Amino acid sequence: MTPHRRLISEAWQVRLYLILTIVCGLIGGVLMVGQAWLLSRIIDRVFLSGAGLSDQQSALLMLLIVGVTRALLIWLGESSAGRVAAGMQTRLRRRLFDHIMALGPAFTGSERSGELASTLVQGIDALDAYFSQYLPRLALAALVPLTILIVVFPHDLLSGVVLLVTAPLIPLFMILIGNMADALTRKQYRSLSRMSAHFLDVLQGLTTLKAFGRSRDQVQAIERITGQFRDTTMGVLRVAFLSALVLEMVGTISTAIVAVEIGLRLLYARMAFVDALFILLLAPEYYLPLRALGASFHAGMSGVAAAERIFEVLDRPAPPIIGLPIDREFGVSQTPINRPKPIIRFDDVYATYEDGTRPALNGVSFTIHPGEKIALVGPSGAGKSTLINLLLRFVDPSSGSITVDGRPLESLSPDWWRSHVAWVQQRPYLFNDSAAANIALARPDAHPDDIRRAAELAHAHEFIEELPQGYDTPIGERGARLSGGQAQRIALARAFLKDSPLVLLDEATANLDPALEALIRESIRRLLADRTALIIAHRLNTVTAADRVIVLDGGRVVQVGSPAALSQVDGAYRRLIAAYGGES
Amino acid sequence: MKRSPSVFLRLLRLAFPLAGWMALAVLLGVATIGSSIGLMTTSAFIIASAALQPPLADIQVAIVGVRFFGISRGVFRYLERYVSHHVTFRLLARLRVWFYRSIEPLAPVRLQQMRSGDLLSRVVGDIETLENFYIRVIAPPVVALIVSLGSAAFMLRYDPSFALVLLIGLTLAGVAVPVITRWLSRAPGRALIAGRADLNVLLVDGVQGAADLIAYGQSDRQAEQVGQLSEELANLRVQMARIEGFGDMVGNLLLYLTTLAVLIAGVPLVRSGDLTGIQLTVLVMATIASFEAVLPLPVAFQHLETNLEAGRRLFDLVDAEPEIASPESPSDIPAVPALAINDLHFAYSPTDPPALNGVTFSLRSGQRIAIVGPSGAGKSTLAALLLRFWDVNPGQIVLNGTDIRDYDPDDVRHLFALVDQSTYLFNATIRENLLLARPDAPDVALIDAAKQARIHEFIQSLPDGYETWVGEQGVRLSGGERQRIALARALLKQAPILLLDEPTANLDALTEQAVLHTLVEASAGRSMLLITHRLVGLESFNEILVLQAGRIVERGTHAELITVPGGVYRRMVELQNEVLVVE
Repeated sequence: MTPHRRLISEAWQVRLYLILTIVCGLIGGVLMVGQAWLLSRIIDRVFLSGAGLSDQQSALLMLLIVGVTRALLIWLGESSAGRVAAGMQTRLRRRLFDHIMALGPAFTGSERSGELASTLVQGIDALDAYFSQYLPRLALAALVPLTILIVVFPHDLLSGVVLLVTAPLIPLFMILIGNMADALTRKQYRSLSRMSAHFLDVLQGLTTLKAFGRSRDQVQAIERITGQFRDTTMGVLRVAFLSALVLEMVGTISTAIVAVEIGLRLLYARMAFVDALFILLLAPEYYLPLRALGASFHAGMSGVAAAERIFEVLDRPAPPIIGLPIDREFGVSQTPINRPKPIIRFDDVYATYEDGTRPALNGVSFTIHPGEKIALVGPSGAGKSTLINLLLRFVDPSSGSITVDGRPLESLSPDWWRSHVAWVQQRPYLFNDSAAANIALARPDAHPDDIRRAAELAHAHEFIEELPQGYDTPIGERGARLSGGQAQRIALARAFLKDSPLVLLDEATANLDPALEALIRESIRRLLADRTALIIAHRLNTVTAADRVIVLDGGRVVQVGSPAALSQVDGAYRRLIAAYGGES
Repeated sequence: MKRSPSVFLRLLRLAFPLAGWMALAVLLGVATIGSSIGLMTTSAFIIASAALQPPLADIQVAIVGVRFFGISRGVFRYLERYVSHHVTFRLLARLRVWFYRSIEPLAPVRLQQMRSGDLLSRVVGDIETLENFYIRVIAPPVVALIVSLGSAAFMLRYDPSFALVLLIGLTLAGVAVPVITRWLSRAPGRALIAGRADLNVLLVDGVQGAADLIAYGQSDRQAEQVGQLSEELANLRVQMARIEGFGDMVGNLLLYLTTLAVLIAGVPLVRSGDLTGIQLTVLVMATIASFEAVLPLPVAFQHLETNLEAGRRLFDLVDAEPEIASPESPSDIPAVPALAINDLHFAYSPTDPPALNGVTFSLRSGQRIAIVGPSGAGKSTLAALLLRFWDVNPGQIVLNGTDIRDYDPDDVRHLFALVDQSTYLFNATIRENLLLARPDAPDVALIDAAKQARIHEFIQSLPDGYETWVGEQGVRLSGGERQRIALARALLKQAPILLLDEPTANLDALTEQAVLHTLVEASAGRSMLLITHRLVGLESFNEILVLQAGRIVERGTHAELITVPGGVYRRMVELQNEVLVVE
C-alpha cells in the first residue's frame, strides 16, 4: 500500500471529523451556488425589470442568510479539520513512540536516535497540513466542481461542456510539470544540499577558522556559494512555476471562454441574462477548489514523505514478549529470585548484533553465583556489552539459554526482571529534568530523603548541593552541564536508590583526577557489597579485586578464573596485563 | 527586549537595497489581481451589455479585453513568482553575508555563551525565515493597499458611496480581522509553542534515553507523559483552528456583506437612472474580485510575528559587544616569539568560580612546556586566552615585552598552530581542509604534513584520495582519523608555536606514541605548548606544569615530578598505569 493510501485509511479513525469537514465544504459549495443564483436573480430584476429595493427585500434577506450560513460552515469546517489533524497527530505520535520503546535500545542505538527523534517531532508535525488541508481539499476538489457541473448542465449545456473539458487539464498539466520539475530537482539535489549546508558549516567551524586567521575570507565564499545556490534554484523554479502558470491559465482562460460564449448567445437572444450571470458567477468558483488543492500540493507531498519514514519504523516487527501473562502472576508469587542473589547461568549462548548478521557472541557458557563479582575484560568488540544487553533483555540470544535460578530468562516478564537489575553506565543519559528526578529514575515517587541518601552514597550530593537550585536544578541538554565524573555519580546514585540484587557496571575508562577517582571507587565498592555484580572492567585494581575474571575475545570466553589464578598461567589475561598495565 | 517597530525598521533597512526588485514584484502582484478584477468586470460588462442585444461591435473591445485578461493573469502570476523568488534569494545572500560579517568578530566567545547546542541551526533557520520577509510580510499588504485604492478609485467614478463601502469592507477584512484573530490566539498560541517545546524534550529524551528508561522500567511512564502532553497540545491545536476558522469566517462574511451593501447602494441609483444596470453588474463583480487582495493578509500578519521574532533573535546575537577589542594601531608581530604569562586570573563570568587563579610561566622560543591536570582544571581556558578569544583579568600575557592586547588579534593567532579536541573539519575535500592552514602550500608540503601526522596512507586508501569529501556529507571519519587530519593541518601551518590541546584524544596507544614522537620532531625550531591529561611522552619536555582548580600546584621536569612522594603528578601517573587500555 502506498503511504498516501495508508494515511487515508489511518484517517478513518477520525472519520467523524473528516466527514464533517468534507460535508461542511460540500454544503458550503451548494450554498455558494445558491448565493450566485440569488445574486443573479436580484441583479436581473433590478437591471431588466427595473425593480427597486422594496421589491427585493426577501431575496436580499435570503442572500444574507445564505451568506451567514456559508460563513458559519467555513468556521465549522476549519475547526473540525483542526480536530482531524490534532487527533491523527496525537494517535500516530503515541503509536510511534510506543513502538520505538517496544523495539528497544537495540534499535534506538546512538547513530539512529537523532533521526528517530526528528521523525517523532518534525515527521509527525509534517502530517498536520496533510490532514487539515490536503486531504479535505482533495475530496472537495472532486465534489464541489461536480456539484457545480450538475447545476450548470441543465441551465446551459455548452458552458457545462467547457467546464467539464477544462477541469481535467489542471491535474494533467500539474502532474506533467511536477514530474519534470521533480527530475530537475533530483538532478541538482546533491549540489543544492551541499550548498545550503555550507552556511551552517562555516558557522560551526567559525572557531577553527578564527584560530587559523581565515575567518574574514569566508564572506566572499558565502556570497559566491549563495549566488550559485540562487542560480541553480531559479533554474528549477523556472520550471516548477509553470504549474502555477497552467493552474491560473486554465482557470482564467476558461472563464474568459465561458464569458464570451454566453455573451455572444445573449447577444443573439439565445439565452436569458439571469442564466448567463449565474454561470459567469459560478465559473471562477468551479476552479477554486482545484487551485486550493494546488496550493496545498506541497504540504500533501511532504506529508507523504514524512509518512514513509513513520511507517517504515512502525512496520518493523517488535520482538515478541514470551510468557508474559503467566509469569506476571507466578513470577511474583513464586519469586524465583526473591533471595537477594540469584544464580544466573549462561549456557552456550549465541547472539548477533542488531543487524542480525554479524555474530556478537559465539557460544558463551558461564555461571554467576550469588554475591559474586565478575570482571569482564577483553578488547572492544569482544562481546562484553552484548552480555550486559542480554542480561537487560535488550536483546535475546539467537540460540542457547540464559537461566535465572533454573528458569529461562525469556520466561520472566522483562519489566519484572529488570526491576531486580541495576545498570550503571559509563555515560548515563541525563534527562531534561531536575537532578533529583534524574536520580529517581527507578522510583519516580521516591521520598526526597531517599534520593538524598542515594546521592550521598554515590558522592553526588556534594556537587548537587553546589548547583544553583540544588536537587531541583534542571540538568540534561537544556540544563546545567555535568562533567563526565558527575554524570557517572548520578548513574551510581540511581543504582543506590534502586537497591537491586544484581548490578551491571560499565566502569569508566579514565578520569585521572586522583581525588575524584578515590571517591568514585569508594562508591562502587559500597554499591557492590552484598550484591551480585558483572563489571566491564577498565582498571587493573578493579580486575584484581574481582572474585573471578572472564576474558572475552571474538565473542568467546577464552579464560575464566580468579585473578590470582589467571596471573599464574600463560594466557590472554597475562598478555593483557603485560601489554597495557605497566606501560607509561 | 527589542521593540517590534525598531526590529521591523532594521529588517526593512536590510532589505532596502533590493527595493527596485521588490517594487517590480509588487507591480506584478498588483497586475495579477488586477487581471482577475479585469476579467470579471469585462465579463460582466459583456453579458450585461449583450442582454440588451446591442450590435456585436459594441462589445467587440470587451471580448478582446476578456481574452487578454484571461491570459495575462497567468503570465503575471508566473512573472510575479519568479521575480519575488529572485528577491528572496538575493535577500538570503544579503542576510547571510550581513550576519556572518556581524558575528565574525564575536566568535567564538559570544556564540559559546549561548550554550544551546542547536543555536547555530536555529540561526540558519531564522535566516531562512527572514529570507521570506519580503514575499510573505512586505508584499501582501502593499499589494492589498494598491489594489484596494485602485478598486475604490474605479468605483468613485460611479458614486462615492460604492468606494466608501468597498474601502470599509476591505479594511475590516484586511486589518481588523487579522488583528482580532491574533489577539484571540495570543494565549493559546503561546501555550502551544511552550507545550511543543516540552513535548520535543520528552520525545528526544525518550528516544535518546531509551536504554535508561527501559532498564529502569520507566518507558511506560514516559509514554504516558508523551500521550498526556500530546492530548493537551491537540486541544490547543483545535482551539487555534477554531480561532483561525473564525477569522476566515468573518473575512468571507465581510465579502458578502460588502457585496450586499454595494447592491443596496446601487439599486436605488439604477431606479433613479443615475446608474445603468450594466454598471451595477460590473460593480458587484469588481467588489467580489477585489477581496482576493485582502484575504491572504491574516497569514501575512502571522508571518510578520515570526519574522519579527527571528529578527529580534538575530539582532540580539549580532548586537553583542565583541569580547575583545582590537587596538587602533597594532604593534608589529615578532618573528621569534617569547611569551611571558604573568599572574593570570580568569573567570568566564563574574558569578562563575575562577577558571584560572594566578598562573605564571614563560615560554621562550624553542621551548617545550606541558600543562597537565584533571579535566576542569583550567587547561583549555589557557589556550583560549593565548588565542585571544578572551582577555585576561587580572594578569597579563606578554609577547616579546609588549602586552598581547597591543597586537592585532589575527596576527597573534598567526603565531600559533592549534590542534584541539573540537577541531572542526569542513564539508569540503581533505585537501581544502588542510589548505586552510596555508592556502598556498605546495603538494609536497601537504603530503609531508599528512605523513608526519600518520594519515597520508589512510588518505591514499580513500577512493578520491586527497579530493575525498569529508564532513557531514562526505566520508565518515573516525575520531582518530579526524584528529590526525587536524594534526596535519596544524603541522602544515608554519607557525612558530605549536599549541596542542589534547592532540592525542581518540588515538589508540600505539598511534599516540607515534604521533607524540612526530610532534616532538616537528617542533624542532618551534616552541610547543602541550595541554593534556594523558601523561605520555613528557620526558623530553623542558617543564611540566600541573594545574589543579586553576592553580599551578607542581612544576618541574618529568624526572623531578615523578620522584615527589605523594605528589599530584606522581599519583596521576599511577592512576593512569592502572587503566587497562584494551581497545
